[in-house]
Amino acid sequence: MRHLIAFATTLLLANPAVAEDSSVRGKADAAVKAAFATAPPEWKSRLEQDETMAVCSANENAPPQALYEAIQKREAATVLYPSDGEFIGDWKKGEALAQSGYGLRFTDYPARRENGGNCYACHQLTRAEVSYGTLGPSLLGYGKARGNGPDEVKAVYAKIYNSNATAPCSLMPRFGHNKVLTPDQIKHLVALLMDPASPVNKAE
Amino acid sequence: MTLKRIVIASLALCASVGLAGRWALAQDAETERGLERYRQMMKEDPWSNPALLDADRGEALWATARGPKNATLETCDLGKGPGIVDGAFAELPRYFADADRVMDLETRLLWCMETVQGLKQADLVKRPHPAGGQPVKDLGAIATWVASKSSGALIAAGSGHPKEKEMTALGEALFTRRSGPFDFSCATCHADAGRRIRLQALPHLSEPAEAKKVVGEWPAYRVSSTHVMTMQHRLYDCYWQMRLPELEMGSDASVALIAYLADKARGGEIAAPSIKR
Repeated sequence: MRHLIAFATTLLLANPAVAEDSSVRGKADAAVKAAFATAPPEWKSRLEQDETMAVCSANENAPPQALYEAIQKREAATVLYPSDGEFIGDWKKGEALAQSGYGLRFTDYPARRENGGNCYACHQLTRAEVSYGTLGPSLLGYGKARGNGPDEVKAVYAKIYNSNATAPCSLMPRFGHNKVLTPDQIKHLVALLMDPASPVNKAE
Repeated sequence: MTLKRIVIASLALCASVGLAGRWALAQDAETERGLERYRQMMKEDPWSNPALLDADRGEALWATARGPKNATLETCDLGKGPGIVDGAFAELPRYFADADRVMDLETRLLWCMETVQGLKQADLVKRPHPAGGQPVKDLGAIATWVASKSSGALIAAGSGHPKEKEMTALGEALFTRRSGPFDFSCATCHADAGRRIRLQALPHLSEPAEAKKVVGEWPAYRVSSTHVMTMQHRLYDCYWQMRLPELEMGSDASVALIAYLADKARGGEIAAPSIKR
């Protein structure tokens, strides 16, 4: 169904390059189903794309303006903000979460510890950790550069909860929306980025 | 320094990548230099690559009568005619009329083990890849040997059959297809130049110049897991990391991705088995 929607939308936008591709996309869906025929049902659901990921995949992560705005609106509506209005947790716990890549792989069951955010896989965060990836931008001094007013703090929470709410088709996982991290864990990561005491903001 | 000492020193450097987890950049560069030296020595003395022990095992297995039909694989047609191994890997994946399917090397070996030897494909794909520290399974050992018999040849996958083109297009669609709790696709990590996960450099696989350098290096001896890893195993490992289920060996999705990679790497040199971090 979502492919019909994506297909119809691309027709409306008169983008023949993408319209041609949609039959291959349909085959890709079928091939993925067949490739994981023996996977348990809860795993098979991971292979299905929601509308956002179907649109992002079909448009090589650069959807046309109308689709871009539709994603932004839809994803922003998913963000669950903390009920106590408190966004900043414990940056030390955030640092541990940023280091951990544990969780949700087929070898991680039954779960032996909480899921990690694995931030260092893609981002530089502190001077002390030199083993960082470069798929995402450096976040060194993030809070120091922006200040940690209520709007900035809320925006960081939303970004981690659902990256697509601010940047549609971002490479970054939608950690809260996809239940990789809990709201409390996200607060710890917000602290890591925004707390003036965090090593992220102590870097010289 | 003797060959043996350099090899041991290089392996020790590499092993510590897995143990320590974290690395200073300088140490990482040192490891890379160690590996580069090791690769150079392997070129000078090809017998120093541990993967060749598995290639030897694969060669023996190819000629050993096995399975319910008690047959060897010597009549297996890898695309250049029954029993012809030299240069066959360079032309895979390709379309096979007898199976009416495009197949990569491991999928073709599965087919031969089933049709020639009578082994059950369902059993062969149940646990097709070794755990860390365990040697590559029999099929992977055979694949390592077959691949080694194309070493030095240029990647020229396919025979011109239209289904090969379809398979490559399917592979491209899968390469960019995002799903799972992390919303990842292959392209998340492999569609840009000069990126890293932690300190591990990521090849830009949709770019021919970079694909040419790395695709022909598999199967490879992987120092961090101390065994040979085949291309099917490498993809299975990516799907694990993407938080997706276990990719079935021989599935069209696996063949399509390999067809896509081989197409991007067209003209690149096969240097299998190679050695990886």
